[in-house]
Amino acid sequence: MFRLSGGGGRCIMVSDWPRLHHEAALSAVLPLGNYEMKRIICLLVLLCSVLAAQSLQSVDARLAAMDTAVKAAQSAGDNAWMLVCSALVLMMTGPGLALFYGGLVRKKNVLGTMMQSFIMMALVTVLWAFVGYSLSFGEWSAVVGDLRYAFLNGVGAAPNADYAATIPQQTFMIYQLMFAIITPALITGAFAERMKFSAMLVFMTLWSLLVYFPMAHMVWGKGGFLNAFLGGRIPCLDFAGGTVVHITSGVSALVCALYLGKRHGYPHGQIKPHSLVLSFIGACLLWVGWFGFNAGSALGSSALATSAFVATHFGAAAAAIGWVIAEWIRTGKPSVLGGISGAVAGLVAITPASGFVKPMPALLIGFAAGVVCYFMVAAVKMKLGYDDSLDAFGVHGVGGTLGALLTGVFATNQVNDALKDASGKALPLGLVDGNAAQVLSQLAGIAIAWGLAIVATLAILKFCDAIIGLRVERDHEIEGLDLSLHGEEGYSFDS
Amino acid sequence: MKKVEAIIQPFKLEEVKEALIGIGIDGMTVSEVRGHGRQKGHKEVYRGQEYQVDLLPKVKIEIVIPAARLDEVVRTLVSSARTGKIGDGKIFVFDVADAIRIRNDERGEAAI
Repeated sequence: MFRLSGGGGRCIMVSDWPRLHHEAALSAVLPLGNYEMKRIICLLVLLCSVLAAQSLQSVDARLAAMDTAVKAAQSAGDNAWMLVCSALVLMMTGPGLALFYGGLVRKKNVLGTMMQSFIMMALVTVLWAFVGYSLSFGEWSAVVGDLRYAFLNGVGAAPNADYAATIPQQTFMIYQLMFAIITPALITGAFAERMKFSAMLVFMTLWSLLVYFPMAHMVWGKGGFLNAFLGGRIPCLDFAGGTVVHITSGVSALVCALYLGKRHGYPHGQIKPHSLVLSFIGACLLWVGWFGFNAGSALGSSALATSAFVATHFGAAAAAIGWVIAEWIRTGKPSVLGGISGAVAGLVAITPASGFVKPMPALLIGFAAGVVCYFMVAAVKMKLGYDDSLDAFGVHGVGGTLGALLTGVFATNQVNDALKDASGKALPLGLVDGNAAQVLSQLAGIAIAWGLAIVATLAILKFCDAIIGLRVERDHEIEGLDLSLHGEEGYSFDS
Repeated sequence: MKKVEAIIQPFKLEEVKEALIGIGIDGMTVSEVRGHGRQKGHKEVYRGQEYQVDLLPKVKIEIVIPAARLDEVVRTLVSSARTGKIGDGKIFVFDVADAIRIRNDERGEAAI
């Protein structure tokens, strides 16, 4: 804009020339006769007037061109960031989660466990392309979307302004897919080392259709029941998936662990992690990938993305410290597994809050998650006696619930002012903004996520149990899933 | 001929091997094994779950020697493998009926 008016100004100056310079001054500069000089001046005036008229006519066109160029530049920046974030979130499942979970099981099950995460990258992608994206982000009801985007019909280069106005809808689609992939993969931690691969594929297909897609629609889809920004009945704040991803997966994990029963030999046998080195690498990849998960949920390379990035990092750091301190006091040793489990618990808890809270509350949320999740898996689980093999519930269910609740406390419009009243004034978000009702809205979101996860998971498990059977044969469980289900070994020392 | 089987701490392997080579023992078989004596095991804790690990990693060295060298070999093994702490291991000595070199049918002490 500034450069445009500057250009116009220069033209007008040229056309004013004759008035600014009288003849005497001109004859001093140009050694010409009076008649010739008048002719030249007339020609100059004529030329400049034509130029000025043309330039004034083209100002509008140039403004429009500039406007397009500015939009294209922002779109290019946002799109680059969102494509990187999409890749980062995929990296969380494979290799991040696959390594994290793979290291926590016994070595006879390392491949089977990694495969459960990996196959989600394939299975959910196909589901998403056919109906998943449409059921999640189409419009129809408050609970689930319609089939307007089925088979990705109409999902192309043009942005969908309801969700992300500056990136192609196809980018938004592929980014959201990565969330749909990791969520069921998280559940696999609960039934690790004992579930049939075939039954798991059917379970995950139905789970995506009945739990994930509806929950994503309710919280993030246009007109969704819990969508705070796009016309939801109850304004539940969930920036990157505390309810949609972590509560649904964590609570479903608990249902799976209870329904399938304990692993053979649990809890008295030697069922311990076979390689914390793998788990360590996996957890650190999760931490890095989580920047794509949370900061990417700003859906553009904005200052909000930076704020979410910072909150995410702070949450993970404080939670690692919280878990390690709690464990150090209770058992006398600060363990590596404790450190990385704490970091993951913090990342889970900060997820719904990441785009709404300042850095100091992020530290507090993370620290609380580290301590609470530690006691959940180390003390409460032992007391209750269920075998959630890799603590999918203790970390994701509990951490997700805690995070969703604390989002209602610490969310502030100083970080995120997207929610405005009719006059354009930013509305208060959480308890710290003076909006105590937000805590109730968060509780409603939590209750719906818990309820849907429990009821649907139980129904799907019963169905799969009836048609296929959920658990592998006892002999196969003892032999290990790698050999019995996949015909391979993770570590082959004789080759 | 005697067979000497020494179960030692894994980190002592290099030292013991050097000592045996130093007194002219050319052949040995080494394997990684697990076990425990009076040392018993140790406790490991994963996410609050305690595991008693009874079988600890050890290294087993097997050598067959002329009976006349037994004392010298046992002395060398003991002095090179000892740390003085619990868990240092054990040495077992067996009589050997015969030895055969597969390559050329040599028998007895000539084969070891």
